Amino acid sequence: MASFLDRSHSIAGPGFSRWLVPPAALCIHLCIGQAYAFSVFNKPLAQLLCSMQSACPPAAAKVISTTPGDWSIANLGWIFSLAIVFLGLSAAVFGRWVESAGPRAAMFAAACLFCGGLLVAGLGVSLHNLPIVFLGYGVIGGCGLGIGYISPVSTLIKWFPDRPGLATGTAIMGFGGGALIGAPLAVALMKYYSSPTSNGVAPTMITMAIVYFVVMIVGPLIVRLPAAGWHPAGWTAPTAEASSARMITTRNVVVSQAIKTPQFWLLWGVLFLNVTAGIGVLGQASLMIQEMFGVTVAAAAGFVGLLSLFNMGGRIFWASMSDFMGRKRTYVIFFALGAILYASVPTFGHWHAIVLFVLAYGIILTMYGGGFSTIPAYLRDMFGTVQVGAIHGVLLTAWSAAGIAGPVLVNYIREYQIAHGVAKADAYSVTVYVMAGLLIVGFICNWLVKTVDEHHYVTTGAADATA
Amino acid sequence: MESNATTDSGNTVKLVLAWLWVGIPLAWGVYMTLGNAIKLFQ
Repeated sequence: MASFLDRSHSIAGPGFSRWLVPPAALCIHLCIGQAYAFSVFNKPLAQLLCSMQSACPPAAAKVISTTPGDWSIANLGWIFSLAIVFLGLSAAVFGRWVESAGPRAAMFAAACLFCGGLLVAGLGVSLHNLPIVFLGYGVIGGCGLGIGYISPVSTLIKWFPDRPGLATGTAIMGFGGGALIGAPLAVALMKYYSSPTSNGVAPTMITMAIVYFVVMIVGPLIVRLPAAGWHPAGWTAPTAEASSARMITTRNVVVSQAIKTPQFWLLWGVLFLNVTAGIGVLGQASLMIQEMFGVTVAAAAGFVGLLSLFNMGGRIFWASMSDFMGRKRTYVIFFALGAILYASVPTFGHWHAIVLFVLAYGIILTMYGGGFSTIPAYLRDMFGTVQVGAIHGVLLTAWSAAGIAGPVLVNYIREYQIAHGVAKADAYSVTVYVMAGLLIVGFICNWLVKTVDEHHYVTTGAADATA
Repeated sequence: MESNATTDSGNTVKLVLAWLWVGIPLAWGVYMTLGNAIKLFQ
């Protein structure tokens, strides 16, 4: 088993099609992307005890549960936050191991951790023990998210030197698509397992752990690494001059050196600001459209689903486009167009132009997703292919930081506005203007990105030794 | 030649199965999401 997972046993033989690698990556990303749909468990988790006594308030009631001992939504919010924090931390800590162990071992570890975390969380739910749920989904599952997220990145970049954006965009699109599968699957399973004395959350989590493990395990079975020196038929590496003109290096920087470069921290800022602007508003989207346009809860849920589709589509669209436009130009569009659209949202609200409002947020969400999926190719352009997975892992700490900063910033601004007498429907205006300001700072960070200084590159022999 | 043809058809089958393995759940998820999203415009 250990030898099967070994990097040296993962080298592709002659005739292997590189188009088997994106579905291998999708096996992992479509499953771990379930994290984006975790909020579907929030209300049922907050009603565990009242559902056992058939004493839950009706759906239209303002309170979720009046039964002593039921968990609060605020406490349950920590499960997702912990998972995102551990995603970033584990990607940073285990990035070098993922590079050295290879994609098979990394994907297998991700499947065990993510599904094991879901099982432990299910146990915590059945025991009504919140720390066990935190440990299961937040810590163990979060580590599975981090290792799984970066596991196929450098492999895809090596298989697709001609289209790195398309390749990583396909995988990371899967993370966005995971919510589209995870939410209706969880709802259907909870409905199936519910009884007069249970809302079925624990068996749903356990079933999802088993189903996801079966799907994820196909990833390590079909993934392969290209043999040394392999390149696509008919493809020739661009000349050093052509690469230099597009800010694409033909050499390599190792992770320990990459984090000493200003380019790394500028790209950290680029990801942090793009995600902070997107994640903060994504969390408020349902409430925002209800308070600004007076739509029903069901219609607001439809809006959130639509945003998930834009988020997923943007991941493959923008990452693929970046192969032609260049990474820097792609992020120029994200930040410039994003700031204009955010600044326009209050006007669309005042006009009661719901279609323009939905369209603006849809485009913003394509660029939020595109920011995630284009960054691995941007890192490859800056630092080369040898340790791009490990460098990407460290950069994902920006996501963890944004996962906390975005919602806190949006909630704080909104509560401050309401406390000072601003109408609820108008309280979002300042929020979106602040988000537009963040995107302008991101624009400046991206603008400052230049080619890495000579002394950071490793010599060819050292690069081979670290590969 | 015959061996190459067998390898090619084997690769094609693997490719189709692999993409179906991930494509079917994703298509189901998109279909369910679009079904909910329609409520926004009703």
